Formats: sequence, C-alpha cells, structure tokens
Amino acid sequence: MIRKPELVCPAGSLRALKLAIDAGADAVYLGLKNATNARNFAGLNFDDAQLREGVAYAHGRGRQVLMALNTYARADDAGPWYAAVDAAVRLGADALIVGDIAVMAYARRVHPQLRLHLSVQASATSHEAIALYQRRYGIQRAVLPRVLTLSQVGHVLRHTGVEIEVFGFGSLCVMVEGRCALSSYATGQSPNNAGVCSPPAHVRWIEHRDGVEARLNGLLIDHYAPDEARGYPTLCKGRFDVAGQRDYALEEPTSLNTLAILPELMRLGVKAIKIEGRQRSPAYVEQVTRVWRQAIDAAAVAPDRFRVDPGWTAALGHLAEGQQHTLGAYDRPWR
Amino acid sequence: MSLPFALSIGPLLYFWPRETLLHFYAGVAESPATTVVLGETVCARRHEMKLADWLDLGRDLAAAGKEVLLATQALIESEADLRLLRRIAEQSEFGIEAGDASALNLLEQAGLPFVLGPHINVYSRAALQEYQAMGATRWVAPVELSLDAVGQVNAGGTALPTEVFAHGRLPLAFSARCFTARHHRLSKDQCEFRCRDDADGLLLSTGEGQPFLVLNGIQTQSAATQCLLGERERLQAAGVSRLRLSPAAGNFERVIAAFDAVMNQGAPVAAWLQELAAGAPPGGLANGFAHGEPGLAWRWRAA
Repeated sequence: MIRKPELVCPAGSLRALKLAIDAGADAVYLGLKNATNARNFAGLNFDDAQLREGVAYAHGRGRQVLMALNTYARADDAGPWYAAVDAAVRLGADALIVGDIAVMAYARRVHPQLRLHLSVQASATSHEAIALYQRRYGIQRAVLPRVLTLSQVGHVLRHTGVEIEVFGFGSLCVMVEGRCALSSYATGQSPNNAGVCSPPAHVRWIEHRDGVEARLNGLLIDHYAPDEARGYPTLCKGRFDVAGQRDYALEEPTSLNTLAILPELMRLGVKAIKIEGRQRSPAYVEQVTRVWRQAIDAAAVAPDRFRVDPGWTAALGHLAEGQQHTLGAYDRPWR
Repeated sequence: MSLPFALSIGPLLYFWPRETLLHFYAGVAESPATTVVLGETVCARRHEMKLADWLDLGRDLAAAGKEVLLATQALIESEADLRLLRRIAEQSEFGIEAGDASALNLLEQAGLPFVLGPHINVYSRAALQEYQAMGATRWVAPVELSLDAVGQVNAGGTALPTEVFAHGRLPLAFSARCFTARHHRLSKDQCEFRCRDDADGLLLSTGEGQPFLVLNGIQTQSAATQCLLGERERLQAAGVSRLRLSPAAGNFERVIAAFDAVMNQGAPVAAWLQELAAGAPPGGLANGFAHGEPGLAWRWRAA
C-alpha cells in the first residue's frame, strides 16, 4: 500500500463544499467574494459567515479548508489582500494558497503560524523556484503549474522538501499560470489583475442563419455551425486562422484528466491532487470528487493492479469540457 | 545632461539565423541605445547561439560602450535549463536580468544584484520591496501594468529604476506546448526548428481576418506592436527612466531612431508615429495596457 495523496476539491459555494466533503474530499479550497482570488465570478465564493460555517462543517468531519488568495495585490490598494489573510486566520482556514510575495511576506510577518501553500499562480516550475519561496516565506506546499512532464514532476519531488500538489482533473490551462496576459490583452482583465480569464461580462453570443458567433470584447473567438456543440469562448480555446488554416491553434476545448497515471503520481510522492473547478456546479464537484475518491483509494491498495474503471471515465467524460480528455503536459506528445 | 530616457534593447524573442542576428546587433552597437539584453529567453531548444557566443557578442557590445545584461530563460522546466541558468549566474562579466523565481533563488543566495525581467510578477510596492531585498536593482514592469500602476509601484520612480516595454510585439504568455510546431503538425521534440521561418513570429488572426496574436514557439505574443512613443509625459509622470525596445525584423534602426528623437531630442511625435505604424508588422500599433485598457487598444490624439 502506498501513501494516499490528499484529494483537494473545489468549493465555489457552501453547497459545493458540503457535497465535496460528503463525497470524500480530504480538503476543499475556496475564496472570498472579491478580487483576492482567481475565480472572481458573480455568484461564487464565500462571505465571512459562509466561510465560518464551511470550516465548521469540514473540521467536524476531520477535513481541511484551504483558502485561495491567489491574485496579485493591487498597486493602489493592497489592503483587501492583507485583510483576506487576516480573515483566513480569524475564520479558521487551515492554509492559505498564495501567489504574490507581497501577500506571503505579510502572512509570514503577521501570522507566522499560518500554513502557506504556493499557488499555481506563482509559476514555480522548478525546485530552485520552490526553494526561493520556502527559504524566504516558509511555504509548506507548492502547486505545480500544468507545464511539466511526469518525469519532470518526479525531478522536482526528488529535489525539494516542500509538499507537492498537482492538478488531477478539470479545465486545462494551456499557458503557464500566473504568466498569461492574453485575457487582459483582449479585455483588460486577467487572472493576475482581476482574478478572471475571458470574463463573462465581455462575452457575446450572436445568432446567425449559418450558426452562432462567440465574441470576447468584440473579437471573434469561435463560430459554431447550427448543430455544433458550443464551448465557452475562453480565448486560448477558440478557432483561429494561422497561415490559411482554421483550427484550434492553441488548444481544443478539453479537460485535463490524469486518472491513467494516478499510481505513477503516487509513487513519485505527490502529496495532494487538486481538482479544478470552483466555477462549476455543486453537482459537478460531488460527482468528480466521488470518482477520484474511489480511484485514489483503489490505487493506494493495489497500485500495480490499478486500472481506470470504465465507469469513472464515463462519469468524468460526461462532465469534461468538450467531452474530451488529455493528459496535457504530463504526456510528452501533447507538447 | 543625462538622457531623460535610457533606451534598452530587449532580448531577441525570435529564432533568427546566426548571420541575421549578428548583423542586427552590429546595427545596435552603432545606435543610441544604452543597454542591450542578450540571451535566449523563450525556448531551450534554440541553441544556435550558445552561452559562449552570447558572451562574445556581449564583449563586442560592451566595447562599443553598451551596458550588457544576460537574460535567463523565462520558463524553466528541466535540470538542463537549471544548469544553463547556473552558468549564467556564475559568469561575472555581465549583469543579469532574472527571468523567473529559479534565477532569483540562485542570485539572491550568491549575493548578486540583478534586474527583474518583465515576466516576474510585480503588481504592488510591497512586492517590489521584497524583490529589492533579494537584490533587485532595477525592474521591468509586467506588460499588463498600466502606467498609473507603474507610478504607484515605484513611488513615482523613487523606489527602483524602472523600465517599461515601450515598443514591439508584447510577450503575453508561455506554455509547455510549442504552438509553432503544433501548427506544422510536428511535436516539440522534433520541431525541425520551424520557428526560424518566421522572423517576427507566426500570425494568428480571428475568423474575420483580424490580426490578433502571434505564435512564437512556446510563447504567445500580441499581433499588435505596442508603441509608447506618444506617451512621453505619462512615462515621465510614472517615474519611468528606461524604455525597452523589443527586436523586430524590419526597420528596427528606425524604431531606435524614433524613440531617441522623440523621447530624448524633443522631436514632434506625429510624423515618427506615422512611420512606425507604416513599418509595423500586421496588427498595427497598440498602447492599451499603458492606459489601463485592453492591451490591444490604440489611443492617440495629436496634441
């Protein structure tokens, strides 16, 4: 039996938090209702009372709550970011997921006992990068950007004493997180500066006789035939023309799914597996959590005999973006 | 009188044949630019210029009176990437522009001063102070930061000498995937170095033919050429002291001449802007980020 990684699940709401805990999440991650977290969408996230209730629910069942504070503090007013650090401590979060060194420095100075997890938004892709944040800010875990191969993940793990968390399932961010200004180039708002990518307020659907256009701040991101399935116009997953070829030039609408390599990730010593999707429905979170709970438990008991249950694949496939899966950067050919 | 704006030539972001590259830098050596940043920052597989070649070129440029910096790769993925990084950190001839946190870790531990490259996230004064404590002596603001924000972060220029990306196609994103290879239906490991065919990257347009982005290997750039030539007063107000001009294939000497004339000799901007717009690759000019707007926006009104 090998050590089980923690299953870290998204909670965009109190309802999602409770369903994720009940379905077997070891930890949930969540954010406040403001620009301090990277899923700053209307109708999502937690106010103080909800966070307190969520923490009580999770702790009552022996699980953890991680608070995402993973955007960059604004030049004109870093106050909300520091207030969010204080709120995490006051409301009992078990760790903060941080990307900005200004926020890390504040947390370290004012709340030295608070556990810090390095957010994927910090773009730490090597053991040297992780060492910087460990040495200066005492981070205890790092979430790796979705750019490394499985063997590179192993290399990082062999050269760091920091716990490593990797993405297991959910929307695939093609670009190195924390280093992508595509969204702000098109709309003025990006993950780093506003906690959003391809923000809904800039999306327009325009119906024509020959189909539907999806526009982002006026830019044509995709055009769907009348009978074609439509995806959300995330700009890196649109269809564009490059040298006369119309195609998904950057990435297809597809989901990352690492079930097939779960035993390898566990053997490498990955401490936690993260499920993406705070913007998804509570029912989605519950179903994905249930599948991954079963998969991790099965892989821990008998890693050599681990097989991806077709039922899991069917359940996840139903939930995946574009009903497609990829191993993403873990798999060399994807690159 | 010291120049109000020093002109920095940013690292070459494209993969040019060696002869083309050396010819380009020979032109830079003769130009009014004060600083030249050398090195491969985009793709570890591009190794027509090895570190020793960059050092040789750096010596030539230093002999021509330029301040030379070596930039480190923006995206570090492998131990080989780290080995190159360590070699750059160990040389003592030239200053270093740090491309990511791996570089910062090495440089801080070695007690070496450095310039913060544009891909290191600095969005607040507090963050800049942290980097200053690590040894940063200058910073290049992230491209999406508005000039107002730059002024707030650097305390109107009194915190750290400040450089902004003033001209060129904007480096917007990095990926593990090589989009140029993918376009050619090749894998990154067998890419045939096709990016060498695109001196200014590979244009990506919307379905309506609007130039939007540029594929440059693992990097995605703006199709529009950022141009802050018309922003002299706002740059000064923000405490910016250095302007980064990003190498491009066509007419780059005229770009340097334009910035020198307008920013440092007080030449009127309109005619120069017209020339730079005419000489820009597809996508036209943009200055939206500087104004806190979408980066692709262009706002210009002759005074």
